Amino acid sequence: MALGRLALGTVGASRRVSLQRGLLFLCALVLLLLSEAVEPLGASGSPGGAGDSSGGSHGLQKGCEADVTKSKHPTNRTKKPFPVLSFDYEHVKTPFEISLWVLLASLMKLGFHLIPRLSSIVPESCLLIVVGLLVGGLIKVVGETPPVLDSQVFFLFLLPPIILDAGYFLPIRPFSENLGTILMFAVVGTLWNSFFMGGLLYGVCQIKGTDLNTVNLLACLLFGSIISAVDPVAVLAVFEEIHINELLHILVFGESLLNDAVTVVLYHLFEEYAGVGSVSILDVFLGVVCFLVVALGGVLVGAFYGILAAFTSRFTSHTRVIEPLFVFVYSYMAYLSAEVFHLSGIMALIACGAVMRPYVEANISHKSHTTIKYFLKMWSSVSETLIFIFLGVSTVAGNHSWNWTFVTVTIILCLVSRVLGVVGLTYVINKFRIVKLTTKDQFIVAYGGLRGAIAFSLGYLLDKSHFPMRDMFLTAIITVIFFTVFVQGMTIRPLVDLLAVKKKQETKRSINEEIHTQFLDHLLTGIEDICGHYGHHHWKDKLNRFNKKYVKKCLIAGERSKEPQLIAFYHKMEMKQAIELVESGGGVKLPSAVPSTVSMQNIQPKKPPSDRAIPQISKGREEEIRKILRNNLQKTRQRLRSYNRHTLVADPYEDGWNDLLFKRQKLMEIEKKMSKMSNYLTVPAAAPDSPTLSRARLASATYVLQKIVYPQAYSSKPTSDDLPTIKVDLASPQSPDSVNLVNEFQKAATQNDPDDDGGLVMKVPFADKDQGEQDNKKEQQRLMRCLSDPGPGGDEEEDEPFLP
Amino acid sequence: MGVFHSAPYEHEFHALAEKTGFSLEQISILHKRFMQLSHNEDSLRREDFKTISDLASNPIRFQIIEAFFDKRNFRQNGEGSVEEISFEQFLTVMSHFRPVPVHTMTEEQRESLRREKLRFLFNMHDTDNDGTITLEEYRRVVEELLSRSGALGKETAKGIADAAMLEVASVSVGHMEPDEFYEGITFDHFLKILNGIEIETRMHIRFLNMDTTNLCK
Repeated sequence: MALGRLALGTVGASRRVSLQRGLLFLCALVLLLLSEAVEPLGASGSPGGAGDSSGGSHGLQKGCEADVTKSKHPTNRTKKPFPVLSFDYEHVKTPFEISLWVLLASLMKLGFHLIPRLSSIVPESCLLIVVGLLVGGLIKVVGETPPVLDSQVFFLFLLPPIILDAGYFLPIRPFSENLGTILMFAVVGTLWNSFFMGGLLYGVCQIKGTDLNTVNLLACLLFGSIISAVDPVAVLAVFEEIHINELLHILVFGESLLNDAVTVVLYHLFEEYAGVGSVSILDVFLGVVCFLVVALGGVLVGAFYGILAAFTSRFTSHTRVIEPLFVFVYSYMAYLSAEVFHLSGIMALIACGAVMRPYVEANISHKSHTTIKYFLKMWSSVSETLIFIFLGVSTVAGNHSWNWTFVTVTIILCLVSRVLGVVGLTYVINKFRIVKLTTKDQFIVAYGGLRGAIAFSLGYLLDKSHFPMRDMFLTAIITVIFFTVFVQGMTIRPLVDLLAVKKKQETKRSINEEIHTQFLDHLLTGIEDICGHYGHHHWKDKLNRFNKKYVKKCLIAGERSKEPQLIAFYHKMEMKQAIELVESGGGVKLPSAVPSTVSMQNIQPKKPPSDRAIPQISKGREEEIRKILRNNLQKTRQRLRSYNRHTLVADPYEDGWNDLLFKRQKLMEIEKKMSKMSNYLTVPAAAPDSPTLSRARLASATYVLQKIVYPQAYSSKPTSDDLPTIKVDLASPQSPDSVNLVNEFQKAATQNDPDDDGGLVMKVPFADKDQGEQDNKKEQQRLMRCLSDPGPGGDEEEDEPFLP
Repeated sequence: MGVFHSAPYEHEFHALAEKTGFSLEQISILHKRFMQLSHNEDSLRREDFKTISDLASNPIRFQIIEAFFDKRNFRQNGEGSVEEISFEQFLTVMSHFRPVPVHTMTEEQRESLRREKLRFLFNMHDTDNDGTITLEEYRRVVEELLSRSGALGKETAKGIADAAMLEVASVSVGHMEPDEFYEGITFDHFLKILNGIEIETRMHIRFLNMDTTNLCK
């Protein structure tokens, strides 16, 4: 290892990378061997020298040992030397192994991204399955039985984080606009798939050539229902990387989420009656009723917990730290509660996340919001990785019963039924849609119907005594999963490019679009009212008004309940821009989309000249005067700055006043950008305790202040009246303003309370020395919102939940 | 009731169907609604619109009502506003919201449809018909949108409108000297800035072929 480190220091970059990779894989291998080593150790329960010498962390000690068994016989106690170091693996066995697996999964994920070309060709899910296969193989070679993906673990621990992540960040607008289509695909499509496959498989089984006669109709139908459901985990894993347009994404993904209800009902129905051998009409009818109960019940349970969570978050203003916990626990409770009654847990989770999100986000702090986002992404990522790895391991571990006919027929039928189902349904759906689904869209929807671990787990849950052909089923399920994930998963990306399917728009939402979207909503509602028929927009508007009037008042704390959506959006954009500004902090690239030199003064209407109190001088002369003043001021300040050093707040982050010049240049750029980008930072201060302001938390005001407020040489633009730019100007000590400024900063420095208090609002007085017209200033309120610790790497749009 | 009762209007309806693209059933339903609103007279006035109760809670109701009386929306290249409108004019304004099957259209047709719909929106904002949306007009638009938020809305509306205007200017013009003045949003700038919203697929309502006017006031 030490050699490696030495080598790293001396060789070139590429060698370094490959060495790092090598070390990483070495680590992984070590962990693998460890995991196998501990199993026999754990199994036998006795300390021994069988452990790896590389597993130093165990603290294997061949010296003094306390025999575990010996301590169980207190009557036979003889005096032994006091055990300095002992080995007791049993009592940490389970968490230890879990941690090892999680660590392995995460290291694998890390490793894939170090290999540059691989991750662009092969989707991650495939690689993880391969790793799982390898690990399973390794374990088998060592002689142990590899663990199989336990359905209990899967459904209770691995699946919920992924679904919660999807539900919390579900883009509501496209989802609700396409809800009819999604439901059609989910319900009718899945039903069609199940019956088509089950029926045809039964027909195939009856053929004399194969020895599948034992498989009765109900078992076939059960198998059909298990295998026909599109899997959200697999869809997410693959679609995340191909970035297709929003519509297709939400169609396939929404379908995979909503078909859970159908799958649950069909599964239980057929499982119940497969043993009996027949299903009556009453049972079918009850099945339909059950479906409605399962689906709606799941949604209601989820919505109930969601409202509870929203209500709780209203009161968390004093305990910000545990806010994320409420979100997670309430959602998990929703899932478990639904599972208690055999309702659809997935739909409960989705409903909970979607219902609570707007209210919770209005109540919680910015940091909690970031925490929730990143925890959800982290958990779902780890879960997904573990699921795929375990799929691979289970493949190696399981007993397989391979039947060529069954498997091949299954795969072919899967594809055929999916295509037929999609085409048929689209034909019907397009009659009701304005934006019709084209053939390309249909192809992607059909091709994107991947199967995954849910099918496997459901198959695994089957009782062997009732279903002797369970192993054959499992083999077929695994084969189908492999086929869809590998073949379809790998080829979908080039196909998307080949067919030139519309990709996701990367544009940011602009304030104009937001204004006009709202305007359009109101306009269309108005037209509908004039027409006199209650359409889509009318009901949406009614729901919004109900929401605003009653629900928001209950669930959102304080002032924010009254904040209209446009203003909330606007403040969000402001914050984003401010954060970007701070983070880019003098970087060359302008964070905003369009570099331009247009500023506020260009759009303000000109004042009629009669308002001027001072005699009018020609513009050229004015410019000259300004220049002169500016230069003089600059010289003065340059001279004076060296005396100002001690009145400035000390900057702990930058040593060496040698780079003062460089920094000054950077800050001039910032200042220029700020005045240019002041399109958003123009809102005059809202009420001091307005919740929007209190949301901007100041952890360390000085950190941010250093970056922005620095000795300015001069204000970069001559200002005109009522120009609400943000100019921060640290005047020379002679001006009376400077004292105030300095005091303010010191106040800020000392006001670094724990950030549970309200945000600090800095009102920076504007010391303007070179204005021609002093008397036409209107509002001089300069508001600077200092934001610190904005969370890791710039906010992604919450409307894009599917990006990693 | 139904199509049969409107026999005297049959031939007119056919002509209108040709002109506006609505189906005969839709036209007869809208005619009934027109009669309902105008209390069986031949023309509609602004006051008649105010009787629609659902419209009362709409923040931009005045603009919407104005749009019906705006000559620019009558597809006759007129200007100014009128005091009362006939059924034909009513229908013409409504035809701006007719759903069109977009996927069968060519690029140019899509583009012209976009322009037409955005022109309608533009006319709604550009109240003095000078071809540009000035800052004042835009401010009024945002104020109306936020008109239900009380005092909080007023000041923020100004800020929002300013920011939006700045964005349009930045996107459209790019580089301006400090003393240049951006007159207002022209129609081309308007088109550019709203490129992201797929207007042609969103600005429509479903005109049913079933008569539901009796179900609601």
